[in-house]
Amino acid sequence: MKKLTSMSAAMFMVALFVMNFGFAAHAADKVVQIAAGDNFEGRLQEALIMAEPGTTIEIGPGHFDMTGGLSIDVQGITLKGAGMDQTVFSYKGQTNGGEGLLVTSDGVRLEGFAIEDTPGDGIKTKGVDTVSMIGVRVEWTGGPSPNNGSYGLYPVQSKNVLIDGAVVKGASDAGIYVGQSQHIIVRNSRAEYNVAGIEIENCYFADVHDNVATHNTGGILAFDMPNLPQMGGHSIRIYHNRSVDNDTANFAPEGNIVGTVPMGTGIMVMANRDVEIFDNDIGGNATTNVLLASYPRDFTDPTYIPMPRRIYIHDNRYGKAGYAPDKLAKTLIEPKTGLPLPDIIWDGVVNSFWAALFGPSAEDGIRIHEKKGTTFVNLQMAKDHVLPWGASPDFDIEDYGGSFPGRAAVKLPQDQDAGAAGASASAPSGSQSASRSDSRSDSQ
Amino acid sequence: MKAFVFSLFSVFLALSGAGHAAEPVNEAALLNPRPARHLSDYHLFINGAAQLPNVGVMPYDLATPLFTDYAHKFRFVYIPKGQKASYDDTEVLHFPVGTVLMKTFAYPADFRRPDKNVRLIETRLLIHQKKGWNAWAYIWNADMSDATLSVAGATLPVAWRDTSGHPRGTNYVVPNKNQCKGCHSFDRAFTPIGPKARNLNHVFAYKAGAENQIQHWVKAGKLTGVPAHVPSVPRWDDASADLASRARAYLDVNCAHCHRLEGPGSTSGLFLTWGTTNKTHRGIMKRPVAAGRGAGGLDFDIVPGHADQSIMIFRLSSNDPGIMMPEAGRTMVHQEGVAMLKEWINSMK
Repeated sequence: MKKLTSMSAAMFMVALFVMNFGFAAHAADKVVQIAAGDNFEGRLQEALIMAEPGTTIEIGPGHFDMTGGLSIDVQGITLKGAGMDQTVFSYKGQTNGGEGLLVTSDGVRLEGFAIEDTPGDGIKTKGVDTVSMIGVRVEWTGGPSPNNGSYGLYPVQSKNVLIDGAVVKGASDAGIYVGQSQHIIVRNSRAEYNVAGIEIENCYFADVHDNVATHNTGGILAFDMPNLPQMGGHSIRIYHNRSVDNDTANFAPEGNIVGTVPMGTGIMVMANRDVEIFDNDIGGNATTNVLLASYPRDFTDPTYIPMPRRIYIHDNRYGKAGYAPDKLAKTLIEPKTGLPLPDIIWDGVVNSFWAALFGPSAEDGIRIHEKKGTTFVNLQMAKDHVLPWGASPDFDIEDYGGSFPGRAAVKLPQDQDAGAAGASASAPSGSQSASRSDSRSDSQ
Repeated sequence: MKAFVFSLFSVFLALSGAGHAAEPVNEAALLNPRPARHLSDYHLFINGAAQLPNVGVMPYDLATPLFTDYAHKFRFVYIPKGQKASYDDTEVLHFPVGTVLMKTFAYPADFRRPDKNVRLIETRLLIHQKKGWNAWAYIWNADMSDATLSVAGATLPVAWRDTSGHPRGTNYVVPNKNQCKGCHSFDRAFTPIGPKARNLNHVFAYKAGAENQIQHWVKAGKLTGVPAHVPSVPRWDDASADLASRARAYLDVNCAHCHRLEGPGSTSGLFLTWGTTNKTHRGIMKRPVAAGRGAGGLDFDIVPGHADQSIMIFRLSSNDPGIMMPEAGRTMVHQEGVAMLKEWINSMK
């Protein structure tokens, strides 16, 4: 009898062990630590390949010299460092791979590390559903140079993209670039010394808020480009950001559309529809604070609409701007407006003869509700082109009054407990730039 | 006496060969999601060092192959007993579960004598398993007795003399599994690239005699559904063939696995499949989207008549990882391929 009891106890223990093992093997709980040392890069990449879905791969503090691009293709992986200044991957000696880290699987979370000096892009995600980049840094440590890689954070053709608390410096195209994606939040991040600080291109449903874009060529951009699988960018909200002192000369390699961005552009919308720009601090931008433009080049795609439509700009705080316009703004706009260029500039390009004469239909227009004293111009490029005697710019901001209904906040599956943050973001901003004169001094 | 020893030796060789051949291809190992540690475990070769395939393993080649740092390639396919691939006019043939596509990368010491002193580098397996295609790379031992699984990839120095007798060399990159998928991806699923009807539709020198590969596969009972007319592409270096077709074939094989709507390079809007008709998508006077410094200060992918103003040529001529195309699979510039594409672009009007 006693023997039997001990046997069953042993069996119970075995059962426990099996259960435990089964539980431990459940990947959601699995943490793999990759220590510094010999063949770190090979061991890390092998771990990323062989990991069970849901595994967390942790890397401690250290400076790691990389030769090839890392990649993640297993679902639900978390790659976690000890912090963006503690765990640093240096790609100065990279000999192969188009980016530092490539993610091609769903549900990946990247957190607390830095990617430095990649010859190509920093972190790219392609065609994934649900990706989070939290507290990561991508930097070209030599400062702005056309030899720097193109994009810092580069989610493309992805869904449910969260970028939170990131820092990106020195990208020769865009620091944070989200392309051809849907349902996006970029928040609490800092982009500086890039050509474009934050760029949302050919995207649907993006909330860009509580970011700082400073010392870039252009601060925050929403673009739509032709001849791409996803076009017709729309539903973008840019709010409660600081896009100030964007004073780095454009250093993009020639041939890129971003190379046309004039130095000192606070927020720029090219093509796209349903863009709401509100509650931002925008100042210290030598070309202009807000630029609304059409796609300036020839295109062959009949389905592409090159004009910005349904743009609503309201309740922003404007600092000094337009005092030293750059590139086309200098040659094309300054002769029409004189100095300084207005806070908000719309090229006034439209797509039909009637719209050229009378402006776009009420539904497709530009609407502005700003504090008195905010300056504006519609350059009436189309009307000027259509009428034999030309058309002079329209400076009357009152003609563009009104509003468009706001859109609900973007919600992401990996960010369900962030309702409070979203609510606070739409509250009025701090007092430092509550009045126009305050914000002017703030940005000088 | 000498002759006697020699013949004894060859009998021994034949016997040992027969001994291996008696062991059929290890289909169970091929279907196992966990890879075998050694290539020999699959019994795909009678003699791996000589790249002598086992019974049922068919050698094949492509009219225009992918450029991989001038490596020579030995390709084989094994389709399980009693099963067939089904024909497809434009995409990869539909291979049944259990199929394995093999590619061995090798460097002869002297390209003027490609059969002598051949160093095998790696053999890649693309296996159609129950859950889809899976890829593994095996790196050959120095004595070429066997090859060992490599998951994280490797960088191996290689050296050879080229067809002009000049010494060449590079740090050859064995890809890791994710890098394999970087190219072998169609709508995010792992997929083969090479064996498309148009690239197989030519004569191959089989041991038993030369024969068209498509016909050979049909006769062997390994391919079904072949129509009367099968498309074909020329060899990229066949000077007697139409230059535009050679260029399109080259781009189709070297670029279009990414640069197509279903591929990893879809974001660019540059689509280089053999069947792409839209000129802008094919790159002609197409502006770059996210090329960054890869654009090299140039405005268009292809400027007809001006190869030197075409981003395509700029990127194919670079070895800088932030510029070069393709991004993976080469560390050297394919000078002859680029020269052919330049000639094509310069001849365009």
